[in-house]
Amino acid sequence: MDRIHPEQDYLRFLAAGRFMILRSRSSGRYVFYPRVAEPRTGATDLEWVEASGRGTVHATTVVRQRPPAADYNVALIDLAEGPRMMSRVDGIPPDAVEIGMAVRAKVIVENGKPLVVFEPETRS
Amino acid sequence: MTGPGGADAFPRGRTAIVAAATHGIGEAPGFSSMDLAVHASLKALAQVGLTPADVDGLFIGLPDEFLSGLALAEYLGIRPRVTDNNRTGGSAFVTHAFWAALALEARACDVALICYGSNQRSKAGKLVSGSRPSPYEAPYRPLAPISSYALAASRYRHLYGLTREQLGAVAIAAREWARLNPEAFMREPLSMEEYRAARMVSDPLNVRDCCLVTDGAAAVVMVRADRAKDLAARPAYLLGCAAAAHHLDISSMPDLTVTAAAESGPRAFAQAGVKPSEIDVVELYDAFTINTILFLEDLGFCPKGEGGRFVEGGRIAPGGDLPVNTNGGGLSCAHPGMYGLFTLVEAAQQLMGVAGARQVPGAKLALAHGNGGKLSSQVTAILGTEETL
Repeated sequence: MDRIHPEQDYLRFLAAGRFMILRSRSSGRYVFYPRVAEPRTGATDLEWVEASGRGTVHATTVVRQRPPAADYNVALIDLAEGPRMMSRVDGIPPDAVEIGMAVRAKVIVENGKPLVVFEPETRS
Repeated sequence: MTGPGGADAFPRGRTAIVAAATHGIGEAPGFSSMDLAVHASLKALAQVGLTPADVDGLFIGLPDEFLSGLALAEYLGIRPRVTDNNRTGGSAFVTHAFWAALALEARACDVALICYGSNQRSKAGKLVSGSRPSPYEAPYRPLAPISSYALAASRYRHLYGLTREQLGAVAIAAREWARLNPEAFMREPLSMEEYRAARMVSDPLNVRDCCLVTDGAAAVVMVRADRAKDLAARPAYLLGCAAAAHHLDISSMPDLTVTAAAESGPRAFAQAGVKPSEIDVVELYDAFTINTILFLEDLGFCPKGEGGRFVEGGRIAPGGDLPVNTNGGGLSCAHPGMYGLFTLVEAAQQLMGVAGARQVPGAKLALAHGNGGKLSSQVTAILGTEETL
């Protein structure tokens, strides 16, 4: 019951370069953001599993800044596993991010802290 | 237990707002948020010949005092029987009307005062929020709360083809109403060209899509209906009031284009026993232009996806078919951090017939709608004159 320390565990995995989300053993449903129980059912049989990293842009905005500060993207990403998270899409101009775009997660370090961002999925 | 038409047992028309006041809209330097809230409260109480000593139910939530209810009791020197300091964001003050109605009906209190004040503009120059940023959102630096509303607007535009001119129509309508309100903070004309040229803040929302940052305070006094007629010439009876909440942060909003107003609205209409088409004047919490469009849809004034077209052609502006945000709203009248109570004040003043140049002639039914957080909590109140009881 007290195995999951949501924010602490999440950030520790992230610091090791791993993007982990939670899954309930009984329902099989994925949970993000991390918490101690599955929403609605209250099930506490949660375990950390590696996210596939695959996602789709659900909503997007560009935060406009006064030059010389650069504009930047903020997006909501639907993870392939189901949950939605806030992040941003790197690797293309912030206003080129489009709803429906397939993206893939990567863990970067920003301001000394690990962070999940997304890049457009490269078609192969 | 549900009543006729599937409504719950809300005490329809059994309580009323008998006084409603604002104070210090714009800039009010030299006063604390509580000073401003008390000024508005004294104005409202004086309208009906009451003093703080007559109040035994307190409803408040200040931006800068977690224990506002206690602070207000202390400031006024009273010992309330009911003290409520709930925090659902800017919607809180309309939910206060819900709880005040139940407390009055239960005779847990006899005179309820709902008040709010903020000195955020003169003190801080920006929104003052006591909410902890989400560790799962803050690292991406969304502007709080603008980017959350911008994300909802981006999704809405993707699904329904919202144009900049439709958002602009909301901003311009609010400004035209504000021009009729001597208290409104922004009263100079706003053209579509000026709207289009405004600085973009978080796409697709520009600075004219965003509410103001002002000081200001508001207060209403509620009593049971049997006493209301002794105190006020034209009380604004509370016919229905219902709240709903989904989430706190935008990443957890179930559907970015459908707010919890789609739940609070139908419940409030069922309690009141009226339909959207019967409402004479609508006061919506317009923190951003997209709010007005989403709430008009979710409250049943037009179908989902039609809100952008609905607001075109001056339909919600002075002289239009549906008067919306007749004080100028959060966009052009006042936005002292949390605006919810101003929707209730303006709805009550319209029904009391004291709204001056912006008065909607013969208004009998008014809707006041509060929003809190990031489209997170919604509350709908329906008020009516004596004829609607």
